[in-house]
Amino acid sequence: MAGKIEVTEEMFIPAENNFQEADRISRPTISYWSDVWRRLRANKLAMTGLVLIILLCLMAIFGPYMNGFTYYEQDFTKKNLAPNAEHWFGTDASGRDLFTRAWYGARISLFIGLMAALIDFMLGVIYGGISAIRGGRTDNIMMRIAEVIYSIPYLLMVILIMVVLKPGIFPIIIAMTITGWIPMARLVRGQVLQLKENEYVQAAKVAGAKLSWTLRKHLIPNSMGPILVNVTLTIPTAIFAEATLSFLGLGIQPPQASWGSLTNDALGSILIGNFYQLAIPALLISLTMFAFNVLGDGLQDALDPKLRE
Amino acid sequence: MLKYVLHRFMWAIITLWATITITFIIMHSIPGDPFAKEGTMPESVYENLQRHYNLDKPKIVQYFFYLKQVALLDFGPSLKSKTLTVNDYIEKGFPVSFHLGAQAMIIAVFFGLILGVIASLYRKRWPDYTSMIIAIIGISVPSFVLATLLINFLAVKWSFFPVATWKSWSHTVLPSIALAMMPLAYIARLMRTSMIEVLNQDYILTAKAKGLRKNAVIIKHAIRNALMPVVTILGILTANVVTGSFVIEHIFGIPGIGEMFVKGIMNRDYPVILGSTVFYSAILIFLIFIVDVVYTWIDPRIKVTGASK
Amino acid sequence: MGKLLEVKNLRIDFKTYGGEVHAVRGVNFEVKQGETIGIVGESGCGKSVTAKAIMKLLASPPARYKEGSITFNGKNLIEASEREMERIRGNEISMIFQDPMTSLNPTSKVGVQIMESVLKHNQISRKKAYNHALETLQLVGIPQPEKRMEQYPHEFSGGMRQRAMIAMALVCQPKLLIADEPTTALDVTIQAQILELMKDIQKQSETAIILITHDLGVVAEICDRVVVMYAGKVVESGTVLEIFQNPEHPYTKGLLKSVPRFDMDKSVPLSPIIGSPPDLFSPPKGCSFYPRCDYAMKICKDHDPEPEDVGNGQITACWLQHSMAKVMNTHTATNVGGGTKR
Repeated sequence: MAGKIEVTEEMFIPAENNFQEADRISRPTISYWSDVWRRLRANKLAMTGLVLIILLCLMAIFGPYMNGFTYYEQDFTKKNLAPNAEHWFGTDASGRDLFTRAWYGARISLFIGLMAALIDFMLGVIYGGISAIRGGRTDNIMMRIAEVIYSIPYLLMVILIMVVLKPGIFPIIIAMTITGWIPMARLVRGQVLQLKENEYVQAAKVAGAKLSWTLRKHLIPNSMGPILVNVTLTIPTAIFAEATLSFLGLGIQPPQASWGSLTNDALGSILIGNFYQLAIPALLISLTMFAFNVLGDGLQDALDPKLRE
Repeated sequence: MLKYVLHRFMWAIITLWATITITFIIMHSIPGDPFAKEGTMPESVYENLQRHYNLDKPKIVQYFFYLKQVALLDFGPSLKSKTLTVNDYIEKGFPVSFHLGAQAMIIAVFFGLILGVIASLYRKRWPDYTSMIIAIIGISVPSFVLATLLINFLAVKWSFFPVATWKSWSHTVLPSIALAMMPLAYIARLMRTSMIEVLNQDYILTAKAKGLRKNAVIIKHAIRNALMPVVTILGILTANVVTGSFVIEHIFGIPGIGEMFVKGIMNRDYPVILGSTVFYSAILIFLIFIVDVVYTWIDPRIKVTGASK
Repeated sequence: MGKLLEVKNLRIDFKTYGGEVHAVRGVNFEVKQGETIGIVGESGCGKSVTAKAIMKLLASPPARYKEGSITFNGKNLIEASEREMERIRGNEISMIFQDPMTSLNPTSKVGVQIMESVLKHNQISRKKAYNHALETLQLVGIPQPEKRMEQYPHEFSGGMRQRAMIAMALVCQPKLLIADEPTTALDVTIQAQILELMKDIQKQSETAIILITHDLGVVAEICDRVVVMYAGKVVESGTVLEIFQNPEHPYTKGLLKSVPRFDMDKSVPLSPIIGSPPDLFSPPKGCSFYPRCDYAMKICKDHDPEPEDVGNGQITACWLQHSMAKVMNTHTATNVGGGTKR
């Protein structure tokens, strides 16, 4: 009971009450992207991925110039050397420097991954956007076509197209983007449709919001999220497809190198005990896949407003 | 239900037709005709083939003859072998490829589900982290890299398993694991997410409020519902296993359809490429069709919407 | 009538990333056999947490039973093992939830879901369990129960689903039924039907009911006693008659004033309670209603009032009930009047 505390008469004088304080929102509002960035930064795995990607990109730019060798120069007196002071990653069966080749390969793999993702993104936005904005019959037909093309196995089509095209970087990108844009188109269409129908966009319109404001406040945060995640996850898919093509001898041709072709070259060498020739491209490609995948996952989590606490 | 199945079947046929058409266009965009390979064939055989496959007729006629041929399951002769037809290759290769693919899928589904369920039940504790590390590795390491690593360590170095070829059960272990890792990882991740979502559903609370034991709640109420999204991606994962199998078959020297496809590419053996592409696509489209039908059969909510259409 | 359930000084915390949330901060109430009590309060006041705590359905972690006891039939449930709780849940205490659309397993037949409970708690054949489930469906007013037994939840309407949920809860004839906002998610006409059904159950069975709601109209309709909760505490409790006619706590008064009633003069505007409940990460030291209270006094800021019996079994936790406040209030009546106008 109240006996525990000393009560004096003056304590029962009415208090000056501040009603504004009662209604104050206790936590500050944070802008959408800084909130996303804050949550992404808290995700250690995703940040590891981001740092790895930056490191890989830097090495892809500067790595090929770092030890004075070129990717094509052969020295038959120095075949199958183990890593040493001169050749940091050793040499291959033709006496080429593997350090330079590995980072030259990184350049090609990353370039193909980024380009494929970019082209897929553009094609997807155009096709998906038109389909959603036109709506009705056009939308129906366009999506049926996309559905049919999507049902054709991706890698099979890429390989088939590569049989016809001459091997090289640009034919690979063409082969990969011919069918690769469909998931993006479906995603963009879904996002645009959702936006057209969404209550808060309608509400913003009714409230007399300017188009640019609606775009910035609603369209960009809510649609760009899933699209950004999709782009991030397209990059490792493209790198994987390139590696598989090169591994099968349909992609990058010697003397050029990619991680896929380096792995293929190394396949014979493991039987003679030169494991490092395999380990280096295998590690690099796995690290890249890992980095993009965890970054994509992290982005997905960071962008999901449902998880916003 | 029947109406839905017929509807889906019609789309499967349309997709197959589109695949055949696209494949035909791609293969016929190669300059010259597919049989014109210098000197490997006697003139009389060449002329017979020209007549038999109507290569002297206009492309459009050839296309309809090709459709008819495929409908009759005749994929034509191989250029490499004078005695064997593409059909002979498929008859020999299919059981091997089927064995490999099925074994890999069983491993992937079984261990993927177990890992996913365990991870969801021990969220943010070590079983969860262990499962998710396995899943990240499975997604990051391309199958050909994993295959070469498995060969290097388990076959060459420690001789637990044979290096290559397809003779006894022990020959099937390494290729099956290499092929299973990627879908296993996807299933584990999806099952985990799906389980976590289901475990937060109100009906799980209802089941607990009935006094059911924890295990009964998980098995009877959670897993069954959590399986639904996993079933929907099984079709795509099977497609990945099938396309992944030609890389794996190539590495391990397994005489399946994948290896036939890759050899066909290397030898530019067009009828073999064409035939195996169409065969692969047919198998895949059929599998995805089956998965869709199974899904509507196990999820009562879809059965009704399908039937009421 | 004997005491069926007694909740004493219950305290529950939740561990979250932002820190500890003190969701329930010393809750006391009791339920007698066959009685219906209503727990009312704004969302987030801890009423649902209290309900789930009685069933021990709070996931731990993050939830933690810090203090207090929940005595059911002479047994402290907080100390009960998981096995003992399994025997009690669905058998002696059962629960229905707010949203019937999500409370039923979508991939399992309704009949199977009801039978599950019967088979778990009784050693009987499937045939008998089936018949029993069928009878219960009939009891809750579901037409064509044989057909309905074989259907999936998506084939039921919202009201029918809630009836099925009630059937599921009643199938083992529990001593206590906890209904967590059972009508909130339903259409108004369906709400009335479900309330009718709950009244029938009250009459026909010996089942005591704890009805959790934010709707005072629902409470007036079917409850014997009311417990008013605010910010994780019971601020006032008593019989429906007392609480509706002589509310003592300013929060209860505010709640009653913010609800429209048929007998009200239309010229008198509704007066909502200004502001929102306090953040339970760091609950205030004094009375938690202090910042929103029209009658706030200096003492309220730093000292939390203890619950006191104000007569007729009505219990109120408010400094205005202190003898000294009554004296002071008569002196400064104009000040208080000034406060209410705001």
